[in-house]
Amino acid sequence: MRIALFATCLGDTMFPEAVSATALLLARLGHDVVFPERQTCCGQMHVNTGYQPDALPLVENYVEAFDDSSIDAIVAPSGSCVGSVRHQHGIVASRYGSASLCGRVDTVKAKTYELSEFLVDVLGVTDVGAYFPHRVTYHPTCHSLRMLRVGEKPLQLLRAVREIDLVELPQADSCCGFGGTFAIKNAETSTAMLADKLTDVAATGAEYCSAGDSSCLMHIGGGLTRLRTGTRTIHLAEILASVEPAVAPKGVPA
Amino acid sequence: MTALGMPVVPPRGSGNLRGVKKFPDAARQELSNPQLRRNIGKATHTIRAKRLNVTGELPDWEQLRDAGAAIKADVLNRLPELLIRLEEAVTARGGVVHWAADAAEANAIVTELIRRTGSDEVLKVKSMATQEIGLNEHLEAQGIAAYETDLAELIVQLGHDKPSHILVPAIHRNRAEIREIFLREMPGVDPELDDNPRHLAAAARKFLRHKFMTVPVAVSGANFGIAETGTLAVVESEGNGRMCLTLPQTLITVMGIEKLLPTFRDLEVFLQLLPRSSTGERMNPYTSMWTGVTPGDGPQEFHLVLLDNGRTAALADEIGREALHCIRCSACLNVCPVYERTGGHAYGSTYPGPIGAVLSPQLAGMDQPDDPNSSLPFASSLCGACYDACPVKIDIPSLLVELRHQKVEHARFGPEAAAMKAASLAMSSSRRWTAAQKAAGLGRVLAGKKGKITSLPGPLAGWTDARDMPAPPKRTFRQWWASDEGRAALAEAREEGQQR
Ligand code: SF4
Repeated sequence: MRIALFATCLGDTMFPEAVSATALLLARLGHDVVFPERQTCCGQMHVNTGYQPDALPLVENYVEAFDDSSIDAIVAPSGSCVGSVRHQHGIVASRYGSASLCGRVDTVKAKTYELSEFLVDVLGVTDVGAYFPHRVTYHPTCHSLRMLRVGEKPLQLLRAVREIDLVELPQADSCCGFGGTFAIKNAETSTAMLADKLTDVAATGAEYCSAGDSSCLMHIGGGLTRLRTGTRTIHLAEILASVEPAVAPKGVPA
Repeated sequence: MTALGMPVVPPRGSGNLRGVKKFPDAARQELSNPQLRRNIGKATHTIRAKRLNVTGELPDWEQLRDAGAAIKADVLNRLPELLIRLEEAVTARGGVVHWAADAAEANAIVTELIRRTGSDEVLKVKSMATQEIGLNEHLEAQGIAAYETDLAELIVQLGHDKPSHILVPAIHRNRAEIREIFLREMPGVDPELDDNPRHLAAAARKFLRHKFMTVPVAVSGANFGIAETGTLAVVESEGNGRMCLTLPQTLITVMGIEKLLPTFRDLEVFLQLLPRSSTGERMNPYTSMWTGVTPGDGPQEFHLVLLDNGRTAALADEIGREALHCIRCSACLNVCPVYERTGGHAYGSTYPGPIGAVLSPQLAGMDQPDDPNSSLPFASSLCGACYDACPVKIDIPSLLVELRHQKVEHARFGPEAAAMKAASLAMSSSRRWTAAQKAAGLGRVLAGKKGKITSLPGPLAGWTDARDMPAPPKRTFRQWWASDEGRAALAEAREEGQQR
């Protein structure tokens, strides 16, 4: 398959390891991975903060970057950005864009997948051959859970990882309190939500808290380092791209 | 257009639909109250679990939700016609229908009706509509004493407090606090009263029983009004409502105009949806229905006050129309992570929680720049738990996003809008975007050796008050992708793939 990576603005700028892990994983699974350089951002921040018209150029740019019939699928290591492409691009396009844009949005969004749903639903794999000898807990993130309904898919993938010690996160489905600009506009409520999430993470005794969204991980990780808990955050893609050193000396790239 | 050619602008609602502070400020106060956090957290988690249990056991729960949503959509699409049918049906059965445009009109109508009975006391059945219009405060100012008969409502009333939950108004109180309120405020209470819930309930019952026997007029709300038959329905847990609906001589019901159901059969759907969603019970203990007046049985005089108070204005709007589907079950409050931390008072209005964040600005407006209601659509992390819980499938997160859009459209151009415009411009071309990424790399300077940013300037300070921000990495993804190292790693992965 010819797969286009959607790095997302945050992934590209702040969390390149999550995106390169996605690229390496898909290549290792035998696919042709490309990166359309024109891409930038899905526009979710603009829509969610109330700036719908300002999201239009971003929707147009996304379509320009990915509307390419040689591409079979577009994969992003972010549930919320895929949620935005699926649920918000059509609204923005039909309100502020041209009729042709609406048609192209539909074409492109039908090919856009979050990593875990792409692996399980499209490729039909749950064991990607990963090796990760650590105690890990998984936070499902609201948009993956409720906008995309990825359900058990990330956990199915994690359970197949060699040597992993996967521990269930208490109250996993409760929001970590990130919510984009909510974390700034309602910083104190957001922090109260985060505090409870950190308590739950601590209760697992995990070395790593993983998730499918770098944005939520940035929020959770920001709290973990502030409290010096010793628990680190890691994107699902990075775990899935890890391989046993003896088999392949290059693991996750720095 | 009216005959004079003036466009008709439906009036906005008034009454208890707006707080005095913006949500973040009101929330700050509530967040610092550990007792409140504990009480609310405990109560919502208990109801949450109960609800999941009883909705999970129904094989057709999703179909029921669809049916509920469809009936509500139908009601709102032909509201004028159904309201007229309701009026005709109530009148034909001996009731009197009054129409109130806003809170002031509704209060005046109810006051006048109570005066005509000659009583200066009135019994209250728990009702959101009368909370919304501030009826109790109004009656007090008119020298009429209103007694709440719902236990939780009574606790709130005696505590000179405001409800903080749709269904469990005293959710923010525990029994020790309730005992104190009773000892302080309840006339004739036993000074030895302890905080055993049964003893507390018995004390309230004794106090109320006397009122049921002596007060000749009661005011209720309505969960449902059936257009076909003119039947009104109230569902409750304690049976005190039933006393008010049967014992007094005169009954006055205040009902929001959206509470209609077309036919009696529609109740079947909602009497399954409502109790399971709100209290996590298969059926609520008491369902009272009354249709006009019946000679020699129950109240001999019945008045129905149909309340607009911003509902027509909401109806005229695509978002508002969907929000009016709400049956006030409070399931969305009980699953909301924001409500769980702040409680209901932070929302300022009679309607707290996720649906309140939609309804209050819809009913009362949020047009002024400093309107506290304009902060409500932003009081959500958009986690979506409310949408999953709502028995009539109101897509609250999408409605909140739409309201944010409306707010921004009406706001003056400020720093936030400028930043959003700049971001939109930078992100609409990859050339400008990579330039912006270079600038973001400056964040590494802020981070210094620590590799993380522990204090951000200006409006971003809210982030670093409690969280670190990672320093941007040395290389963006696209730089890695274009680098020799990136190319080599990918080639190697590809090779491995071929060997598999
Ligand atoms: S919005 Fe839905 S869940 Fe919330 S109170 Fe209304 S009906 Fe219940």
